Amino acid sequence: MSDSRLVHAHQFDDAEQQRDAASLGMWIFLATEVMFFGGMFLGYTIYRSMYAEAFAAASNRIDLIPGVINTTILILSSFTMASAVYHAALGRGRALQISLLLTIVLGAAFLGIKLYEYHEKFEELLVPGALFSFPAPFSAAAEIFFSFYFAMTGMHAVHMIIGFGLLAKLLFDARRGRYSAGYYTPVELVGLYWHFVDIVWIFLFPLLYLLGRHL
Amino acid sequence: MNIPSAGPRRHYLNAGYGVRSWLLTTDHKRIAWLYLLSITFFFVIGGAFATLMRIELLTPQGDLVQAETYNRLFTMHGVTMIFFFLIPSIPAVLGNFLVPLMIGARDLAFPRLNLASWYVFILGGAFTLIAAAAGGVDTGWTFYTPYSSRYSNSQVVLTVVGIFITGFSSILTGLNFLVTIHKMRAPGMTWFRLPLFIWSHYATSIIFILGTPVIAITLVLVGLERIFSLGIFDPARGGDPLLFQHLFWFYSHPAVYIMILPAMGVVSEVIACFARKRIFGYSFVAFASLAIAVLGFLVWAHHMFVSGQSVYASMVFSLLSFFVAIPSAIKVFNWTATLYKGSIAFDAPMLYALGFIGLFTIGGLTGLFLATLGIDVHVHDTYFVIAHFHYIMVGGAVMGYLGGIHFWWPKMTGRTYPEGWAKLAALIVFVGFNLTFFPQFILGYLGMPRRYHAYPPEFQVLNVMSTAGASVLALGYLIPIIYLTWSLRYGRIAGTNPWMAKGLEWETHSQPHSANFDAQPIVREEAYAYSGEERGDLQPLGKPVDV
Amino acid sequence: MTSAHAITLKTYGAVFTALLLLTALTTGVAFLDLGSYFNTVIALTIACAKATLVLLYFMHLRYSRPLTWVIAGAGLFWFLIMMSLTMSDVLTRETVTGLIR
Repeated sequence: MSDSRLVHAHQFDDAEQQRDAASLGMWIFLATEVMFFGGMFLGYTIYRSMYAEAFAAASNRIDLIPGVINTTILILSSFTMASAVYHAALGRGRALQISLLLTIVLGAAFLGIKLYEYHEKFEELLVPGALFSFPAPFSAAAEIFFSFYFAMTGMHAVHMIIGFGLLAKLLFDARRGRYSAGYYTPVELVGLYWHFVDIVWIFLFPLLYLLGRHL
Repeated sequence: MNIPSAGPRRHYLNAGYGVRSWLLTTDHKRIAWLYLLSITFFFVIGGAFATLMRIELLTPQGDLVQAETYNRLFTMHGVTMIFFFLIPSIPAVLGNFLVPLMIGARDLAFPRLNLASWYVFILGGAFTLIAAAAGGVDTGWTFYTPYSSRYSNSQVVLTVVGIFITGFSSILTGLNFLVTIHKMRAPGMTWFRLPLFIWSHYATSIIFILGTPVIAITLVLVGLERIFSLGIFDPARGGDPLLFQHLFWFYSHPAVYIMILPAMGVVSEVIACFARKRIFGYSFVAFASLAIAVLGFLVWAHHMFVSGQSVYASMVFSLLSFFVAIPSAIKVFNWTATLYKGSIAFDAPMLYALGFIGLFTIGGLTGLFLATLGIDVHVHDTYFVIAHFHYIMVGGAVMGYLGGIHFWWPKMTGRTYPEGWAKLAALIVFVGFNLTFFPQFILGYLGMPRRYHAYPPEFQVLNVMSTAGASVLALGYLIPIIYLTWSLRYGRIAGTNPWMAKGLEWETHSQPHSANFDAQPIVREEAYAYSGEERGDLQPLGKPVDV
Repeated sequence: MTSAHAITLKTYGAVFTALLLLTALTTGVAFLDLGSYFNTVIALTIACAKATLVLLYFMHLRYSRPLTWVIAGAGLFWFLIMMSLTMSDVLTRETVTGLIR
């Protein structure tokens, strides 16, 4: 396939340089995201070390099933996303669109279940603030646990919603035949982003849901 | 070769007219101007806050403003100066303009992202200005909890939102620089032929990328705590205020290296040019830049020696803080060695660079005093600390910025500035600066606390000296604003290379084309390939340059 | 990014299966009382294994150029710096009787 067909922006020398630059840029952005979420993981770790028992007790109040289902859904969505990039690289437009659509649907399911979980927390008075209620002697530390629960899963959800928007744009463009085996960089970049969001959840799940199950 | 660049040649400034061509530009050189005007605006605002503070401090009593108002003044001064002037200053103005030119590229890797970074900066600034207009914040720019997260009745949320948004401007700029430097160097521009300005900006970009997200999440958590009454920073509810401080300083210490590294890059360029010599120990200076960036991430808790953190950790951080001084010292030694047997000219950029070396050394050494646990217990939260960081940030970073603006002014504008006035202004800045801040070392040592609007009468003389110095300093800043603006219209037309400097940016027209170079440059020589024999060629500015 | 790399759909499927198995494993082990310390270590180890699989295969890190490895490594390393140096303070403070346990 001739490279002369590949258009590139004026600041680059060729399409390959543009591709490399884009990929490098996304990886650098993901490094910033590691530090962004990292701050919350640090806070979680500090309080976990200070209030181990309370954190375990608080974690046990979280329903495990939706967590397991969501973890499965997200891993599956990573698979469909990787498939999307695979099909894009081979120029299979139809398969690309299906994979993107599946990823979107799975992401929506994740968010739906998350919403259900949040609602449950609200009902059980586990939302930090004026309405929070947890048995003594752990109430203050449990409130801190749930503060991190909502902050971390909330921030994760925000990133998924952004990913949503990106995937929708990809699907829209894919349907218009924008991508080919010679150019599918946006698909690849969104893929990297989506997988990163999955990795965050891979760590959130055991830290938030599995902490006290052994007790 | 000098090419007069006046005339109908199309270049980046006349490539399009009108507001849209500026607000929708993707040309890194125009974006640099957008930033230049914006940060100058914020500098004036930050300076206004400082002016009010220094006027209040003329008298021992708190008689100009109430204590609560004074708290808002020093907070807004810090927030504005740090986040909206110093951190963007050299990278977003000089870096944006010069990085592609210095490496021989047509633009940065992501021009639209570059423009986005400016809009993000403006949006963040707007939030902060609105917060200021609505009464400002009184927590100190350090936002310590639980005061900021629970008790303060000021515009904390608005301000942290503004800073959060602006942080993305830093991240996008750093990302752009890293990718550009890695991927878009001209043929022959190997890593060790890069100007040290590029090495500095590369190191700065590492800090942008790895540090800024942490302040982002920290401010998010403070905002969430305030809005939803969370308690994670509130000791009354089991929270740990030191968690905030660790998170805050994890960014805010490397942030000071964001502010100084680019200025060091400017100094390397200026010293080499005005000593007509290659920078002594080029690779040491390059690696020192990286070392500063990396080591700078390991020392943050030296801001927390008296906060209640573990003494063991304090000792570790104290030791690490001593290490971080070493690469900075290496640079100072190497600049000095460059001067030795150099052919030195004292044009305005050089005056700023030389001033930088002296003042940065003082600031840096006093930093070592502060890193010493025993001393810090005595002078923490006093004017000693304030003097220390102003020596670095004003005596260092701002002078580096001004030196760079003057050095590259002809390249950016095609005009020369009036050299006599520039030298005078540099001198006034130097004198005014020292008069403002040296007394503060003494005040701090004698025990005057920072962030107080009233003080014991025995400190008045030193405070009056400091305020007097501030007036002189303000004059020193005003003069360049005037003559630089004047020069845009009436300055002598500049040739391509009025300084006879080495570097790819000097091999293209002043007021470069939108695409920077007529043809792809190919690099065949080392950086700073001064032979030392061109001294006679260097025309003082103000004399016509031969074609 | 390399245009031709050896990751087939089959490989993706295998990685996906491994991730599911590891999820089941970590969930199951969580119910065993091995002491707080070991439960945490095992959970984090499994999570790291899952993350590594996603990085290497889904994110193509296995076939990426060294610079990409450096960036990924830098993100991880800096996160570890932040954690370890902060915990060096938290874990060595003298115990003060707090308001809550």
